[in-house]
Amino acid sequence: MSVVTNPARPVAVPDDPGTPVRKRKRGTFSFNSMSPAEKAVRYVLLVFVLLITIGPFLWQLSTSLKGSGEDIYTRIPRLLPSQPTLDHYGAVADTIPVWDYMRNSLQVAVLVVGGNIIGSSLAGFALSRLQFKGRKLVLGLFLATLVLPGEVTIISQYVTVREFGLANTLFGVALPGMIGALNVLLMYNAFRSLPIEVDQAAIVDGANVWQRFRYIALPSVRGTISVVAIFAFIGAWDDFLWPLIVLTDPEKYTLTVGLQYLSGTFTNNPRLIAAGTMIAFIPIVIVFATLQRFFFKGVEEGAVKG
Amino acid sequence: MRYHRWFSPWVLVVPALAWLLVFNLWPSINTVILSFTNAKPIGGGTFVGLKNFEALLHDEQLRYALLNSVIYMIVCLPFLTIVPLALAVLVEKKLPGITFFRTAFYTPVVASAVVVALIWQWILDDRGLVNGMAEKLGVISGPLPFLSDQWLLLFSAISLTIWKGLGYYMIIYLAALGNVGRELHEAAAVDGASAFRRFTNITIPGVRGTMILIAILISVSALRVFSELFILSGGNGGPGGRDSSVVMLIQQYSQGFEGNLGYASALSIVLFFVTVVPMLALARLNRKAADA
Repeated sequence: MSVVTNPARPVAVPDDPGTPVRKRKRGTFSFNSMSPAEKAVRYVLLVFVLLITIGPFLWQLSTSLKGSGEDIYTRIPRLLPSQPTLDHYGAVADTIPVWDYMRNSLQVAVLVVGGNIIGSSLAGFALSRLQFKGRKLVLGLFLATLVLPGEVTIISQYVTVREFGLANTLFGVALPGMIGALNVLLMYNAFRSLPIEVDQAAIVDGANVWQRFRYIALPSVRGTISVVAIFAFIGAWDDFLWPLIVLTDPEKYTLTVGLQYLSGTFTNNPRLIAAGTMIAFIPIVIVFATLQRFFFKGVEEGAVKG
Repeated sequence: MRYHRWFSPWVLVVPALAWLLVFNLWPSINTVILSFTNAKPIGGGTFVGLKNFEALLHDEQLRYALLNSVIYMIVCLPFLTIVPLALAVLVEKKLPGITFFRTAFYTPVVASAVVVALIWQWILDDRGLVNGMAEKLGVISGPLPFLSDQWLLLFSAISLTIWKGLGYYMIIYLAALGNVGRELHEAAAVDGASAFRRFTNITIPGVRGTMILIAILISVSALRVFSELFILSGGNGGPGGRDSSVVMLIQQYSQGFEGNLGYASALSIVLFFVTVVPMLALARLNRKAADA
């Protein structure tokens, strides 16, 4: 099997459906045009699902903006705050060092994104474009680790990080995820789909391995690199279990661990927790919304068709 | 003929390979070694033989955790294999604004499990949105204890997992739908097949391979559940710790003076076998169906 199945993230999404839309010149039946009724039904369903998926976030946003004097427990839910205020966002910072937590999360995410872009594109290139002894074995090792759920090794991973003297450090949180096996395979797949003739031409022109990597292969897989980057960022930013195990000092918490800490200590004010969750949620939504076109399109190069 | 020095590929592969060995392969081996010790979170530990595994047999919490995992998997499987496929069909057609809907449906996937669990905690609160509205409508007389009843808490976490997973599997199906022949649909439509018939007779067989892959992903992630249950139960696993998952137990033993990394490692080995079983079973199903 030459296809890399993808347990941790979605695969290619062809943004336009396989065959180009053909205009039918004659004939009474047209498959591609949609009756107004079907269109209406589709939009009704779309809006219905939209309410289910986005509704809870809006409700939380609304709660975070409701004034302290406002009754948030009313039986008839009010989405729009009657006394809108940003006070609770400030109050979160008085309760927990939320901006420090954000900086901590950002530090971890940057390390993980950087490590994955560099490490997995280098290895993916070598494994797909260069012949060497042991290549198959190395590839097999990367594939084999995909079967292993990360939680199974999380305890001994902690022991390893502790041996390095990195327990209770942000670097210790970032380190194990800095080159993911899945990302190596994604990059491997992306590089493999480039035509070999390009390499041969470059070799004839005297390009060495580094030049072929840097100037020929790398620019052609930008889409996959952005997918690796987006998901490394989201994964690091959202991760909870691993930083919860590694970090013991509340000053070093990442946002997710800090939020759990906040909710454990000050559950009496839902507005405050709502503001805290929004502080963690809004950055990731911005990242995703601005980069979503790479996500929906860019994967095509490397990731996989089932 | 090779056009590079023998060590060039290795220079490029070594960082990734080092990570693989240090943070994947060695920990896999070390998990087994640790499971025969009484290692503590701060360090140390001596060989204790099969003591941890004997303790597993008498661990009541583990029994609940395994039961919860099985329920989790059984409930998640049908919902998350079917609903996302229907969603993918819904967002497949290019309509104005469809990118917005696709992105929006994917938002719960992008959000941290901690964030969404805290949101749900507020919605399911005794005085939260769901109870408030249900009381207003007169469906219930008092608040339902979504977050303090053993079974309601479990099913709240399950619905959270399903809600959060919809967009993720939708995207995988969307990719697979691109490969389903458009001609088949056209031909069937010409022959007068209804949209539902086309869905059951063309779409579903067309994505069968993807469906099995997704079933594997769902089972494994249902068995690995952590954040949803941890946050919704306030970190203590619900009444009497009966709403724990196996991963929650692992985390619980990873910290503090009561911590025992040896026992946590033994639990990790249990987790490994528990996740491997459905994976193998479904992969076998796939092969059988492919042969037939």
